[in-house]
Amino acid sequence: MMKKISKKDMNRFIKSLLEDYTVYAPVNTDGIFSFKPIDNFQGIDPDYQNSKKPPKEIFFPQSETMFEYEKGKVTSAEKVSRKRILLGIRPCDAKANLLLDNVFAGEDYQDVYYINKRENTTIIGLGCRKPLSTCFCTSFGGGPFSKDGLDILLIDIGDKYIVDVVTDKGREILTNKFTEASEEELKLAEKIKREAEERIKSEVKIEGVKEKLDTMFESSFWDKLSERCLGCAVCTYLCPTCHCFDIDDEAKDSQGRRVRNWDSCMFPLFTLQASGHNPRPTGKERMRQRVMHKFNYFIENYKRAACAGCGRCILNCPVNIDIRKVLKEILTG
Amino acid sequence: MRNPYLPIPVKVKKTFIESEDRMIKTLDLLFLNKEDKENFEFMPGQFCEISVWGKGEAPFGIASSPLEKDSLKFTVNRAGIVTTALHYLKENDELGLRGPLGNSYPIELFKGKSVVIVGGGFAFTTLRALTKYLLAWRKDFKGITIIYGARTPGMLLYKEELKEWERREDLKVYITVDKGDKNWQGLVGFVPTVVEKKAPSPEDAYAVICGPPIMIKFTLPKLLALGFSPERIYTSLEMRMKCGIGKCGRCNIGRFYVCKDGPVFNYAQLEKLPGEY
Repeated sequence: MMKKISKKDMNRFIKSLLEDYTVYAPVNTDGIFSFKPIDNFQGIDPDYQNSKKPPKEIFFPQSETMFEYEKGKVTSAEKVSRKRILLGIRPCDAKANLLLDNVFAGEDYQDVYYINKRENTTIIGLGCRKPLSTCFCTSFGGGPFSKDGLDILLIDIGDKYIVDVVTDKGREILTNKFTEASEEELKLAEKIKREAEERIKSEVKIEGVKEKLDTMFESSFWDKLSERCLGCAVCTYLCPTCHCFDIDDEAKDSQGRRVRNWDSCMFPLFTLQASGHNPRPTGKERMRQRVMHKFNYFIENYKRAACAGCGRCILNCPVNIDIRKVLKEILTG
Repeated sequence: MRNPYLPIPVKVKKTFIESEDRMIKTLDLLFLNKEDKENFEFMPGQFCEISVWGKGEAPFGIASSPLEKDSLKFTVNRAGIVTTALHYLKENDELGLRGPLGNSYPIELFKGKSVVIVGGGFAFTTLRALTKYLLAWRKDFKGITIIYGARTPGMLLYKEELKEWERREDLKVYITVDKGDKNWQGLVGFVPTVVEKKAPSPEDAYAVICGPPIMIKFTLPKLLALGFSPERIYTSLEMRMKCGIGKCGRCNIGRFYVCKDGPVFNYAQLEKLPGEY
């Protein structure tokens, strides 16, 4: 269902949603965008490209209380008190959420914290008119205007949005300010989509990578690749598909809370055992784990790679490790 | 939807110092709620996450057999924050428990076959659970052999039970120590050597082996040389774990999570996995 809405009405619409929903939207703090609850809305910042931290944090926060306890009495924090709107996420990140669903909302052991937030959130995505040079979403079957994982997709055509209503959940929130889009407007939207797709220059070949990696566990490739890595873990913290976490107690005496925090396979402590033994003692094993997990183990388990091509790991790596180049070297090396 | 991260309440029934260095302690735990007790069904080889309030959570293999109905047994080597806190617990102290987690020893496969159980040091915990279970259903299995080694006689776990088992006619027990003392009358020597001499015929037999990596490393070739096929040699792996349910991402070996897909694997399975453990 294709609708349209003027930007002015869109602002009013979002403001009206604030009554019943917590609305998360990209907020600019000193040039860094992040998804935060808003209390007013005056349109999406024209400088918005994508958030620094992926919006997975809306479902899987960087730090999250799981339950509180006092002398053994446990009070779970799994309930979501208010319905949520996630506004303005990019199609790559929406696709990444679908990948995370495999882990947290798969067949075994349902992660209630993630699922409750996910089920109580309506996602309004915003198509990418100007993808960056580091974007490669099209390599994973996505695209700057892909609808996967979205309830509504907005296409910015200037003074208004074309509103592609993807799911019933998306349809439910619409008001009469959303009207039928004209033929011309739809054509313009198509043109904008095509232009954006043409801007994506990096196409990474994923086919065959998994099979090649099957043979590469002992390869010296990992020594070379990890030489440059500082082990800062920014690639995993900012990755919209990375799901590793640590569980810790913050407590005094027998009163406190159990929290989970994002963790990273790039850290030596991640696998260090109490005996002192560490199955991944050096950067080589850790780099191998990161690449293998995304492009071999995850494919084995869920039939798709754990990457959406958002490019954050490329943009933010302090030593310019480029996963596109890594994948190419794996295939051709 | 059940929240798999929430511990159920248990309390300490009894504690017992197992080893002469006082670093290994066994805790018998009781469920506080009848319902939790009834719902807690497990098989030997599975583990639990134990919470010490105010300290944190850590994984431990269940050392009691499902047929010991009155309490759950865990044997804890003191090494970090949680294990140290566990050592200081007293009778009636309350703690939290999540589980049972992971898979178990494939007891169905053992039926009608012989089983040799090989253990070293404080890794004998889930092997105790297995032994108790096999003995309770003794007629379902052919020969049962136990080979268990520790550094010194004082470092052996479950000493009273070992003595009982040694007296039984329906199982063979070989206890060995690296170094004896003046009262020690048993075997002296390393586990792999004892396995070589005392393991039963591989025909119609399974081996289950748990111990320090170095013991496993040298015992495995002995079992293979005796004719045990990799499919019939089982072990239980240890990794650093947090969630215990395959989400937090740290205990994987290749595509498998030790917490969820293990901890019990046979050597045919392990041979296909990267040697990253």
